[in-house]
Amino acid sequence: MIDLFTLGFLQRALVAGILVSLLCGVLSTFVVLRRMAFIGVGISHSAFGGVALGFLLGVDPLWTGIGFALMVALLIEYAQTRTTVEEDTAIGIFFAASMALGLVFLHLSRAYNVDVFGFLFGNILAIGAQQLWQILVVTVGVLAVILAFFKELVFLSFDEEMAWVSGVPVKALRYLFLVIMALVVIVTIYLVGIILVSALLVIPGAIAQNLARQLKTMVWVSTGVAVGSAVGGLMLSYAIDFPSGATIVLVLAVLYLLTSGLRPWLHHR
Amino acid sequence: MTAPEISEAAVKLEGVWVSFNGVTILEDVSLTIEAGRYVGILGPNGAGKSTLLKVILGLIRPQRGEARVFGEPPEKLRHHGNVVGYLPQRPLGNPRFPVTALDVVLMGRYGRIGLFKRPRREDREMARRRLEDLGISHLADRLIGDLSGGEQQRVFIARALGVEPRILVLDEPTVSLDVCVQDDIFEMINTLREKLHLTVLIVSHDIGAVARHMDDVVCINRRIHVHQPPPIGRLGLESTFGCAVEYLFHGEIPHRVVKSRDD
Ligand SMILES: Nc1ncnc2c1ncn2[C@@H]1O[C@H](COP(=O)(O)OP(=O)(O)OP(=O)(O)O)[C@@H](O)[C@H]1O
Ligand SMILES: [Mg+2]
Repeated sequence: MIDLFTLGFLQRALVAGILVSLLCGVLSTFVVLRRMAFIGVGISHSAFGGVALGFLLGVDPLWTGIGFALMVALLIEYAQTRTTVEEDTAIGIFFAASMALGLVFLHLSRAYNVDVFGFLFGNILAIGAQQLWQILVVTVGVLAVILAFFKELVFLSFDEEMAWVSGVPVKALRYLFLVIMALVVIVTIYLVGIILVSALLVIPGAIAQNLARQLKTMVWVSTGVAVGSAVGGLMLSYAIDFPSGATIVLVLAVLYLLTSGLRPWLHHR
Repeated sequence: MTAPEISEAAVKLEGVWVSFNGVTILEDVSLTIEAGRYVGILGPNGAGKSTLLKVILGLIRPQRGEARVFGEPPEKLRHHGNVVGYLPQRPLGNPRFPVTALDVVLMGRYGRIGLFKRPRREDREMARRRLEDLGISHLADRLIGDLSGGEQQRVFIARALGVEPRILVLDEPTVSLDVCVQDDIFEMINTLREKLHLTVLIVSHDIGAVARHMDDVVCINRRIHVHQPPPIGRLGLESTFGCAVEYLFHGEIPHRVVKSRDD
């Protein structure tokens, strides 16, 4: 066990895993309460277009990925508030289009040698010092924003109209939340990859909803579950030589099934 | 009953038009409500009652015309955070939302508390008192989704009162409340109104209760209907509802109609 932590890349992987899952755990509560699971799927998959564009242009895929994720997030919000398109239809269209664009970019860049597989399915062992810094900055920034506006985020998730009437900056916070989601999605890609990001945005909150009866407890449980599964999943994947991202998500899925089964007992005291 | 002082207009609508997808819902509605009045709003389903309230709250911008609440546009007024107490028609969007009844009432205080600050002990005490007013202090720590429909409704009325507002806007506050409580709540709101000089707007389908408790009656069905005050003529109500309302409306009950303009 000691060996495992003295290896530089594994330490980085572990720290990155803890930070990213901490973020996902906190955010997941709101994603579940605001029923934004599908938006999470949409934003994360559309990041593929941006990542591929990064390969094509030879820039850090982080920036182009964030650009695409943000653009799609804002397009979804715009389509929902300004047009008659249903939200889930808009998500379905935008993320498919963005992934198709990604394939075209990859084709044009002929960069099949780059680690596309790593971006799709996560390659936490490839996290370098630079990525770790990016993750750290996003973690601190996002947690600060959520903490600062926690009360208002809860209010608008619960009753947007009354929140608006009470002077809560509803529109600004809705957009801010989408920006936060886009940022978190991008750093989570390092951990589990584009395909599985949404699992980390949804499952911890869903598990917490099974276990907790109070909002604050729910946030703590969700965060604990996310961090625990990330660390546990990483160690397990190392031990049995499974892909790490997939192992983390499977641990979460099993926990979800278990707690759903327990739910009737937990809530009949 | 009304103070003889010069009262400022709490709500002033001028030539308000609202349409959704090309269908006109409010047509040239003008209305003035003096501060401190107890106003009932009547009309059939789909008449535009909730829409009218949302125009007053600023949640819907009229295509034409303008709304002023205490002289300010509602979208500015909301920044005070403590002027309006609102009960939406369907306040509970997500029944699994993990908050207690007390948490919900506390949310009514958030505008007053302001950004970057937490609720303090005074806010909690205030919230508890509002639950007491509604006769549900024993439910304070229960989850909102676990309460019965009527209990939930009382929690949301408590939240609107918890704002300590200058104007109270309630969209069908007495749905799913038992008959005894209905009258109690209308009376309690009246007491608060007199004590705090509140302006109260209530949408209700209970014509009898509206006529019994409220000073002014606004009948609306796309346009605001004026009928001769007092009392509400049966014909006036029938032209608003488009059906005979006699069975709802026993006898001639005295009331007054707010200053309003049609035509
Ligand atoms: N956001 C909206 N988009 C489209 N149509 C709407 C919207 N809000 C209201 N309407 C329409 O406007 C009309 C008036 O609605 P409103 O909710 O104001 O009625 P109401 O008088 O409150 O009725 P009820 O007694 O059933 O509550 C309805 O026909 C409704 O379909
Ligand atoms: Mg209505």
